[in-house]
Amino acid sequence: MKPGLIKAALLAATLGVATPVAAQDSLLNVSYDISRELFEALNPAFVAKWKADTGRDLTIDQSHGGSSRQARAILEGLAADVVTFNQETDVDVLAEGGLLPENWREALPNGASPYYSLPAFLVRAGNPKNIQDWSDLAREDVAPIFPNPKTSGNARYTYLAAYAYGLEQNGGDHAKAQEFVKAILSSVPVFDTGGRAATQTFAERELGDVLVTFEAETGGIAKEYADKGFERVTPSLSLFAAFPAAVVTANAEKKGSTEVATAYLEWLYSPEAQDILAQNFYRVNDADMAAKYAADFPEVRLVTVDEVFGGWDAVRADHLADGAILDQVFVNQ
Amino acid sequence: MQAVGVMAPGQSTMIPRVLIGVAVALTLLIVVAPLVYIFSRAFAEGWQVYAANLMHPATVHAIWLTSVVALIVVPLNIAFGIAAAWAVARFRFWGRGLLVTAIEIPFSISPIIAGICYLLLYGRQGILGPWLQANDLQVMFALPGIVLVTMFVTAPFVAREVLPLMQAQGSEQEEAAVTLGASGWQIFTRVTLPNIRWALLYGAVLCTARAVGEFGGVSVVSGNIRGQTNTLPLHVELLFNDLNATGAFAAASVLTLLALVVLVVKTVLETRRGV
Repeated sequence: MKPGLIKAALLAATLGVATPVAAQDSLLNVSYDISRELFEALNPAFVAKWKADTGRDLTIDQSHGGSSRQARAILEGLAADVVTFNQETDVDVLAEGGLLPENWREALPNGASPYYSLPAFLVRAGNPKNIQDWSDLAREDVAPIFPNPKTSGNARYTYLAAYAYGLEQNGGDHAKAQEFVKAILSSVPVFDTGGRAATQTFAERELGDVLVTFEAETGGIAKEYADKGFERVTPSLSLFAAFPAAVVTANAEKKGSTEVATAYLEWLYSPEAQDILAQNFYRVNDADMAAKYAADFPEVRLVTVDEVFGGWDAVRADHLADGAILDQVFVNQ
Repeated sequence: MQAVGVMAPGQSTMIPRVLIGVAVALTLLIVVAPLVYIFSRAFAEGWQVYAANLMHPATVHAIWLTSVVALIVVPLNIAFGIAAAWAVARFRFWGRGLLVTAIEIPFSISPIIAGICYLLLYGRQGILGPWLQANDLQVMFALPGIVLVTMFVTAPFVAREVLPLMQAQGSEQEEAAVTLGASGWQIFTRVTLPNIRWALLYGAVLCTARAVGEFGGVSVVSGNIRGQTNTLPLHVELLFNDLNATGAFAAASVLTLLALVVLVVKTVLETRRGV
């Protein structure tokens, strides 16, 4: 019985992997690690729409993980048809690897970012320390929690947003902005390696006064720990965080899924998808949906990495490289 | 040298008591408490939520995938283990010592190294990548990759159990069988196999436990596709990262139950082997 079973399993495995699309369409969406619920809500809606439009059945498989790690896996052969990441640089890595065109940002509206978010705050019930803005994070009596900016993309956004705020408050004086960021970094009691661990430090170990993470996540965390009464706070200024989407053209062309992959990503801009996205605390560009959920998304002045820092390449060179600004202000790492 | 009997009466009972107390306390703290916690968290929201978590298609698939991997890996490793132990115990050849060392390499190498090595060999940018791609063979991020890495990690278990026994028993019985005109297959099934069966089973049980629980190496080559390439340990981590603690602990309880079954079988086998 055993050898038969094994043969059957091997057969199923090879068939499942090697068979090209037959009567049924399929997509593999490789995504970042906290987007499972989001795509569990989005995918059935698109599957139904695809069936109605074309009469074809579609299954969408999801892979979730740290987006740099996912990019690496795709370079090594993970057969993603589309990527939906939370770091533009990780899509650039795929472009450098020849899996999709260098100008992928032009393939879809808004720089190929169907939705976006920004670093925001989550404070304890009743906001006892009255934390409203980045300047409060530098106060001596406030302990902020966010992961290590050396290892976490999420915390990198936090660092850059705080820096942008420091620049704005000090009329573009870099030295003062660095002092400001240094004050915030020095009062973080513990640097976890990733966003999930920082969330646990804040919510379960009950360390710190304010958790800094993407606004999209503050909603989910507040829901998960509803009994703790965490409150969402949006600072006056923050950094635009793109959530880029792209068809992995080399894989899609090989599999013959370019059409459905493109339709899937374009659909993310439709009112139907934007509604679901806004429900999951992501900000959207669709005017009607943005208005519908305006109460969930307080006004904020958004700046971009390009405007303030001159693009991600400059950020890497000026801030993140060994011995660069981050290393100088990050004294208690 | 001082004999034990010379010690003060109070001391001789105190020391064992303290040692036993420390051992029990540590076991409770380090082993038992977390295990109990897994189940208490899994059932925190009641039986129905637990059942719903387990019956979730992605979890069911993870359990199925992990079972398939074990069903492929364990028989192959039994065959490999017997062959390797036989070769080393019964024959003298150049590189024999090297082979013994090679068998043990997976014990000392971190599984993640195995995962990365396989990725660099079979991945799209790897040495064999272009050839695999040209022939439309997907090894990494599919079942074959997971099986390969699991085989690597579990390779020593059967061989290391069987080898010492075969060496200790020597080859007299097999030689006697040869003089009585037995064929090679007859010698194997009637003489060798009965002699090593308990060690073999013991090794197979350990191998199963490791194959089912392997995380690090598999995580590199899995691709984490839910319902496709997500094994049970990876699924536990994924659920946990999703802020779905109850689901994660429900899946973890399955792994823990498997481990407890293995433990019981192992203990039974140990007593049989001792006979």
